Amino acid sequence: MLLASVMLYPLLSFLFLVSFAKKLSWPTVATISVASIGLSALASGLLVWQLSASDNQLLTVTLWHWFDLNSHSGSSAVNIGFYLDGLSGVMISVVTGVGFLIHLFAAIYMKADKNFARFMAYMNLFIFAMLILVLADNLVLLYLGWEGVGLCSFLLIGFWYQEKSNVLAARKAFIVTRVGDTSMAIALFLLFSTFGTLDIELLSSVLPVINGADTDAVLDDKLYWIALLLLGGAVGKSAQLPLQTWLPDAMAGPTPVSALIHAATMVTAGVYLIARLHHVFLLTPEVMHYIAWLGAITLLLAGVAALAQNDIKRVLAYSTMSQIGYMMLALGAGAWSAGAFHLMTHAFFKALLFLTAGSIIYALHHQQNLFKMGGLLQKAPFESALFIIGLICLMALPGSSGFFSKEAIIAQLWSSDTAGPMLWWCAILGALLTSLYSCRLFFLGFLGRARFSAPIQAEKHILLRAALVALAILSLLGGLIPLELSLVFPNSVVLASKNEPSWLHTVAILTPFIGILAAWLYFKPYRLASSDNKQVLGMHNGKLAQFCQQGLGFDSVYNTFIVQPYMWLAKRNKNDIFDQIMMLNTWYVGLWHDAIIMVQNGSLRWYLAAFGIAILLLTGVILL
Amino acid sequence: MTLSVIMLALVLTGAIAWWAERHWQGSAKWLSLLGLTLLATVFAVFITSANHDFAQLQVLTRVMWIATFNIEYSIAIDQLSILLIALTWLLAIICVLISWREIKHKVGFYYFNLLLTVAGIIGVFIAVDLFLFFFFWEVMLLPMTAIIAIWGHENRRFAALKFFIFTQVSSLLMLVAIIGFAYFHLLQTGLLSFYYLDWRALPMPLAMSQYLMLGFFIAFAVKLPSVPVHTWLPDAHTQAPTAGSVLLAGVLLKTGAYGLIRFVIFLFPEASVQFAPVAATLAVVSILYGAKMAFAQQDFKRLIAYSSISHMGFVMLALFAFNSMAYQGAIVTMVAHGLSSAALFCLAGMIYQRIHSRSLIAMGGFWRSAPRMGGFTLAFACAAFGLPGLGNFIGEFLILVGVFQVQAEFAIVAALALVASAVYGMVLFQGSFQGPAKCEVIDLQRREVAICSALLLLLLLLGCYPTLLLKFSFGG
Repeated sequence: MLLASVMLYPLLSFLFLVSFAKKLSWPTVATISVASIGLSALASGLLVWQLSASDNQLLTVTLWHWFDLNSHSGSSAVNIGFYLDGLSGVMISVVTGVGFLIHLFAAIYMKADKNFARFMAYMNLFIFAMLILVLADNLVLLYLGWEGVGLCSFLLIGFWYQEKSNVLAARKAFIVTRVGDTSMAIALFLLFSTFGTLDIELLSSVLPVINGADTDAVLDDKLYWIALLLLGGAVGKSAQLPLQTWLPDAMAGPTPVSALIHAATMVTAGVYLIARLHHVFLLTPEVMHYIAWLGAITLLLAGVAALAQNDIKRVLAYSTMSQIGYMMLALGAGAWSAGAFHLMTHAFFKALLFLTAGSIIYALHHQQNLFKMGGLLQKAPFESALFIIGLICLMALPGSSGFFSKEAIIAQLWSSDTAGPMLWWCAILGALLTSLYSCRLFFLGFLGRARFSAPIQAEKHILLRAALVALAILSLLGGLIPLELSLVFPNSVVLASKNEPSWLHTVAILTPFIGILAAWLYFKPYRLASSDNKQVLGMHNGKLAQFCQQGLGFDSVYNTFIVQPYMWLAKRNKNDIFDQIMMLNTWYVGLWHDAIIMVQNGSLRWYLAAFGIAILLLTGVILL
Repeated sequence: MTLSVIMLALVLTGAIAWWAERHWQGSAKWLSLLGLTLLATVFAVFITSANHDFAQLQVLTRVMWIATFNIEYSIAIDQLSILLIALTWLLAIICVLISWREIKHKVGFYYFNLLLTVAGIIGVFIAVDLFLFFFFWEVMLLPMTAIIAIWGHENRRFAALKFFIFTQVSSLLMLVAIIGFAYFHLLQTGLLSFYYLDWRALPMPLAMSQYLMLGFFIAFAVKLPSVPVHTWLPDAHTQAPTAGSVLLAGVLLKTGAYGLIRFVIFLFPEASVQFAPVAATLAVVSILYGAKMAFAQQDFKRLIAYSSISHMGFVMLALFAFNSMAYQGAIVTMVAHGLSSAALFCLAGMIYQRIHSRSLIAMGGFWRSAPRMGGFTLAFACAAFGLPGLGNFIGEFLILVGVFQVQAEFAIVAALALVASAVYGMVLFQGSFQGPAKCEVIDLQRREVAICSALLLLLLLLGCYPTLLLKFSFGG
């Protein structure tokens, strides 16, 4: 029952807040919403502890029977039931732990907002949906959480709904991820019609057996499509190519939202889905190979795009995309545990980066443009120190949590059957890009002279700072948390140990430093930028830079080939072609009506003429 | 007998309300509300206390009506008709509540028409003599036309006429099919019969049944409605007063689905299987076309109307898949769509009362002044695009999983509607409640909150605990 209670607290808090939103004062709302997540986090901690003490590393609970799915071979019950193993244990700890810190931060950060209660209610609902997603014991319930987090993401991106651009960003995020969701839904249909169940535990006991007697071409084909369609769902939610375009725009939401949903938790749902159903993917090495490549390409393209952004939050958004690319690469290579590990450390340091960025943006009176920052190292030393910690982890400098997880991924790429040296080089190149854009961000924002005039107005509330410090500690030391996932992911078959060149590790560790050095030299003007920012902007006007800044043209391609044609079709056919055909009847009847009325006009000359013509015609007919 | 008395009592209540309104202003709505709740309770008591097994069709009354043609007054019910009648009761009560302030002229006559429609609808769901069925089909149509024509919006005459002609022409085809079937019965057995169970027992050559089935199919496809004969619906829904739209979307469309189940599929099983590819294609086209058309609309009610076409397409797709899961999904969708579209039309009516416009262009940013209304609109829009946890999801999911096992291609194409419905759902919700505030509106009042929360609770219940419905078989 403890398992069900984890998600009960956020739900209750959500219900309470939406019911009485207008009548509650700030302390009440803040206490209830933050405390509910705190309780959830405590419960999760307790659960993870119980889990490690239990024999089979598995906890389950079934609340009630939802519905039945019938197939030719019988019926399979779909329950509202939850399932906790090592993987979901990591997920709930991250969701509730990081979620709690972000809630704490948000309660102070959003204090002045008129719709504070509504904001916290959505945040609570999000945690509820996310917990369902990671704890669901069947794929339909997982889909419920999946759609639920999508809805919350939509609501929170469009939280400041009076701005037209926020509304459009929210719409885009929802619809683009919905494309992925549809692919996932079709995967579920196919999965059910093939295996007769959508229960995760049952599936993971059925699937490995197939591996032994794998001769059926039809089944192979089906599995291939299932894996591919599931991947479609994952790329939508996790903002990977080709459905990544919604994430940068999603930064329109309040910063705690970007930290919680669009960095730490929701966007990793795709990674979770693939790891959860790794049995399917293990049977389809081709698809794993695609995943690896998809991750690699995303991580490179997003890294390039991040190099050209002006907005501090957009840099971080592209960096998120790129880091999730690493996770995908890990999954594709069969390095499941490493992927999950990077998911966790990334949640720590990316939440830290976003929240610190939020503090800075707030201190600078809602200024997000990097070219209008500068010199923050002196003006805001506390925030700067935290930001540096976040960047160190992001660049994976030795000792930080990012180092442990990213190295774990890179180390397994070279000799994996579904990855290989090419992808290893991609990952190294990605690490180089990561340090380049991190340094660029740091130089522009924190070094040089201040390019703003208004005095800094930093939020110094003790709880807000406590949340940031806690995240910073997690980011630094998170790499030491041991993850016990060997029962979830038994030794991957694709990870054969081959003879690897001895220089691999050295190169991997050195790469970030090479990046820093290159950035130090190349971005010298940024580093030394004075308060006159023309010189700085001078570096930034090229066509290529603009192309990168706008996300490498994906948006315009989708706009031209999908959005515009649909809009055109809708507009052209606004009056419903079928209706117009039906209305031809009316027109036809009306025509005769008019014609006959015209004949009956009471004018003697007309009648005589008609009479005469009729007689002529008749005689003509008779004579002929 | 009880059911006949209930129908009669409905008509009588309507007449009394009409008469009473002339003498005491404001009495008609109270009388109608009272009558409906009372009769609904009687119905509920009757069903729960009856010791029949409603999994099978239970004949309740059979008396001779027109002896010359062997036409009987015969009624029977099973789980399917009970469910749809229950939905009718609920929405009828909501119709009265939603008309509370909206209807200002000819009030008495309005409630008379409303109750007469309800009586007609109940008749349609219980008649098992095909001539009687046709009679109720017409009884349901006429007062509905009157409601649109008298209390509708600016273009009401046109919409009412269109509605009337579409339904009349198509039901004429049905009448021909009914007479044809009865005549065939005469030829085969020497006895003219309009009795449903007689017809079911009659074997029929396939070629013959194909023609007769088509007559029924067209009538019900118009009512459902399916592309390409859907075009009466956007006009009728848009121009009707709120209660009219609620009743149309909530129940009248379901009479089409009911007809397809009871009279097309059960009377002509083989012909239906043969016809299935055509019907399924029409259904898929309706699903996507309806969703696409909904996106193009700028009229709040018209948008919901087109979305109904899309949703009812799912029902038709499910029925012609001949799969038990899809069938269950169709039942759930019928109920869930009845609730969610009724709720959206109610909200459209509430907005119209406040700003006197249905145009999305005139709307925007209402959330600021009316957050409660915004919350409900969001919830019902979510229901419409199939958010899990609400009833519509269960229906659509069961339908798609079921259809996938039979004809995977159809299910995949229909699944594209998941995206298309999200698109129009966004247009509907964001267009009215987000963006810069165009004007201030008053938030929902207590009566309105009660209506919305009742519908939302039912949708949630259906979405989280569908066993309530799924434990019955509905003759599937």
